[in-house]
Amino acid sequence: MTAPSQGNRMLLRYRGGEGMLAWAFHRISGVAVWAFVILHVIDIYLVGGNPEAYDELLAIYASPIGRVLETLLGAALLYHALNGLRIIVMDFWPALTRFHRQLWYLVWVVFVAIGLPVAWIILKPIWEGVPA
Amino acid sequence: MTAPYTRSGRAKPASGRELAIWYLMRVTGAALFVFALTHFLIVHVLYDPAEQTASWIAEVRWSSTFWRAFDWSLLMLVLFHAFMGVRTVVVDYVRGGWRLLILSALYLLAGILFVLGTVVVLTLPVVPKG
Repeated sequence: MTAPSQGNRMLLRYRGGEGMLAWAFHRISGVAVWAFVILHVIDIYLVGGNPEAYDELLAIYASPIGRVLETLLGAALLYHALNGLRIIVMDFWPALTRFHRQLWYLVWVVFVAIGLPVAWIILKPIWEGVPA
Repeated sequence: MTAPYTRSGRAKPASGRELAIWYLMRVTGAALFVFALTHFLIVHVLYDPAEQTASWIAEVRWSSTFWRAFDWSLLMLVLFHAFMGVRTVVVDYVRGGWRLLILSALYLLAGILFVLGTVVVLTLPVVPKG
């Protein structure tokens, strides 16, 4: 019974604004993490069902391209987590909705503060050599 | 209505099952903030992916019941949150017969992942290290 085409209109007819961008990023990052969860449950199932195949897949995860993708996954997860908290805070404390822009900037400050060091740690083996 | 108060969340449904799902999305979301970020911290920061072989999982990561229970809880939370979230996306963009077909496939996929994840958590033998 939800309004069926509301999201459709919003994504196709871009009208800018932080609230709209926050919503679009939340949706895109959510679908991205969902897609990875499907892959991840299947790969972990292989640990029991076919350990050799799992280890081969793991080598891809640990490769330079795999590490870039992991970083993007981490970015999607971290944005979705932080903006999700912002949504929860506004949903249960509607007065704070007045500051939805400021809250979104706060999301980005925390995102960069946590995300940069984590990205560094994940990507570092690309140029330092993968640990044995 | 409540629309002006929802700058990026879904408008709060009036009552019934949809309202329950609306609340559960927020409850599981808050729980996932802790569970998913802790999981990511462990397998991407504290340990490097290069060392996480199948035997590492059996001997180290899943050698304790606590971490198996933790990861299984994470799976239950994420299956609800991610599939209900994608359901919202599907309902936004797809109508009629296609919507029914895609939602059915979505729930089937969630069921398969529930079985696969639960089976591997319960049946992967605990291998003594060495």
